[in-house]
Amino acid sequence: MITVDALEVAYGDVPVLEGVSVSVERGELVGLVGPNGAGKTTLLRVLSGALSPDGGTVLVDGTDVHTLPSKASSRLLSVVPQDTHLSFSFDVRDVVEMGRTPHRSRFSGPTREDREIVDTALERTRTAGFADRSIDDVSGGERQRVLLARAIAQDTPVVLLDEPTASLDVNHQIETLELVSDLVSDGTTAVAAIHDLDLAARYCDRLVVLAGGRIVDSGPPDSVLTTDTVATAFDATAAVTTNPLTGTPTVTTLAAGRDDLEDPPAVHVLGSGPTAAGVLARLEAAGVPTTAGPVPRGSAVSTATAELDLEAIVADPFGPLSAEDLETLEGRVRAADVTVLADLEVSAGNQLVLERVARVTPALVAVESRPFDERNYAGDDAAGSYEGVRKLALEATTGDVLEAVTRAADAADRPASRRLGSDV
Amino acid sequence: MSRPARIAAWSGGLLVLLVAVVVTSAAVGPVRIDPVTVTLAALNTVVVPTGIAVGTATIPLLGWGVPLPTLEYASVFAFDVPETHQVIVGSVRLPRIALAATVGFSLAAAGTVMQGFFRNPLADPSIIGVSTGAAAGAVAAIAFPMLVPFGSLHLSAFVGAVGTAFLVYAIATEGGRTPVATLLLAGVAIQAFLSAMISYMLVHSGDSLRQAVVWMMGHLNNSTWSDVGFALPVTVVGVAVLAAYTRELNVLLLGEEDAHHLGVEVERTKLLLLAVASIVTAAGVAVAGVIGFVGLVVPHMMRLVVGPDHRILLPTSALAGASLLVATDTVARAGPAEVPVGIITAALGAPFFLFLLTRREVHSL
Repeated sequence: MITVDALEVAYGDVPVLEGVSVSVERGELVGLVGPNGAGKTTLLRVLSGALSPDGGTVLVDGTDVHTLPSKASSRLLSVVPQDTHLSFSFDVRDVVEMGRTPHRSRFSGPTREDREIVDTALERTRTAGFADRSIDDVSGGERQRVLLARAIAQDTPVVLLDEPTASLDVNHQIETLELVSDLVSDGTTAVAAIHDLDLAARYCDRLVVLAGGRIVDSGPPDSVLTTDTVATAFDATAAVTTNPLTGTPTVTTLAAGRDDLEDPPAVHVLGSGPTAAGVLARLEAAGVPTTAGPVPRGSAVSTATAELDLEAIVADPFGPLSAEDLETLEGRVRAADVTVLADLEVSAGNQLVLERVARVTPALVAVESRPFDERNYAGDDAAGSYEGVRKLALEATTGDVLEAVTRAADAADRPASRRLGSDV
Repeated sequence: MSRPARIAAWSGGLLVLLVAVVVTSAAVGPVRIDPVTVTLAALNTVVVPTGIAVGTATIPLLGWGVPLPTLEYASVFAFDVPETHQVIVGSVRLPRIALAATVGFSLAAAGTVMQGFFRNPLADPSIIGVSTGAAAGAVAAIAFPMLVPFGSLHLSAFVGAVGTAFLVYAIATEGGRTPVATLLLAGVAIQAFLSAMISYMLVHSGDSLRQAVVWMMGHLNNSTWSDVGFALPVTVVGVAVLAAYTRELNVLLLGEEDAHHLGVEVERTKLLLLAVASIVTAAGVAVAGVIGFVGLVVPHMMRLVVGPDHRILLPTSALAGASLLVATDTVARAGPAEVPVGIITAALGAPFFLFLLTRREVHSL
């Protein structure tokens, strides 16, 4: 449906898009993701015909949109802008009706069909309720939906969306993207620049990652959203895990801090959930030699360890650890300077493991964001023993775990001082 | 109410108002005439063409006579009206009233289009220098009649106005695009230059200084049917063309890129709107001089009443502008001493506009 080949665009001497080639199939929702200034909006403007490329070709449905008169191109594709200069008080219905402009002749009024299409567009975007209000008097989110309604009324095979969810609250973000998905399943082809990587992964059939005016990667969200790609494109440290509810990739970005520690301590991490994934990513980003485990098979943490390419002991969730794994674990904990407990879940199967770890580790750090009650599957008994171990540990958050690890490691070099400060 | 019905209702109402204002105006003056007599006398002036006769026209400068087809007219009505009243209404007051209505119609329509076009509430019909161009043409014709080849003051003002608009457009256009901001700035610069030229001409205008200054103040005295014959056809055709483009004008308000995506040929439409609005303004200004504030205030007033949709705003503003100028010109001529109407429109228009501003009624388009 859309074929972009070797696209070159420059603003003055500054290249904005360099050698960009993309193709979009009919009935596909393709997300453009990338950092600010990557060229997403520029690419959309070239696709829409608003901006002429300096080199390369753009074909939409086999024709070059830049050679079409605007009436023809506006029957082929509609654009949902990021915002629009609506500094005058047209009714919402009037604005949506403007979407019918390409289909009407100069001297005819709106036909019954035009009116029906406008009504449907208002209904679908749930803007019908305030159709008679002035566009000045609706909220930013409502205004965004009005623009979407206008594009629906325009009834084109291709829809281009520039940050359709940027000014929306969580609820309306989902609603808007559900609507776009509906259009796409009805056969519309859509290309959307989307800031939110999780939403992009959830709704797009394919993602195109742009950075610095070039395509870094493209393909299905699962294959594109990897820790490496996110690191390259956004220059950020992120943990990419699977959202347990939607089953799509979810990206947790961490503070960009690739300042490696000098002579970092070796760390072993035990834990669960996003906290553990965050700790792992953070340590990895700082160049700390890290091992992990036991991590439950198929969990967010096991995905994170795989993404970060860490040595990890993967075990069945809630099952007892095999003797072999227990041996490996003890070896790794001994080898590490510090052990981090990150939202550790305690079950009957690993209660013993915890005590064993506490006995052999030189230093302990605990990072907790969920209350222990929610992580305890082994009864009150376990609460007592966990509490005992946790008291030995230095408390930290995901944000300052690096500092805590370093301090704990330093303290462990002077065992006496550490014991003096402890109740045990 | 559906939109066409709303447009028809508003336009019809304002048309009735215009007729009422015209009749009242024709009744007012040094000689008071009752409205019935005025109406009958006005109807007596209605003529229809009945045939074509061949007359003779003389080409200026060369003095050659050439045959020229002219229409023959016949009166439709023959009501019994006293001769003096018929002359006062038909030959003195009505031409002036008709011209006031035409000029008000053209300025308000052009002002509506310019405000929408520039997405700027301060825009008026002369924003790209049309009035200043007309003034330059008129002052040149008044002060240095030898230098102006086409003799006619109207034609000279009209050519000056349209020429200025074209010059500003040409300066602001680069690579097929005409950014609105550049147009505004080019308009300001050209106006400054033309003002200097006008001042220079005024300094050297000698005995014709007074005539030139009065022209620039905006006046409708000594209007004749031939003035109406000059301005009315241009205005009617021009406003009809603008009315056909009101939907594009609405869409252009969303911004040029959005308008392009909604099927509007942006640059072509902009050129057409600007050219026609300038020609309509030029037709009004050429016969009546620089009459301020009608083109600025009337669209704002009507926008408050009927909303921003140009499909209804353009016809209603034009009709309201016609009524307003007829009414203010009546004040201008009926007072103890005749005052140029431009002074009245500005003197009444400016305080009214300030009133709207302080009431926060006028803050945007």
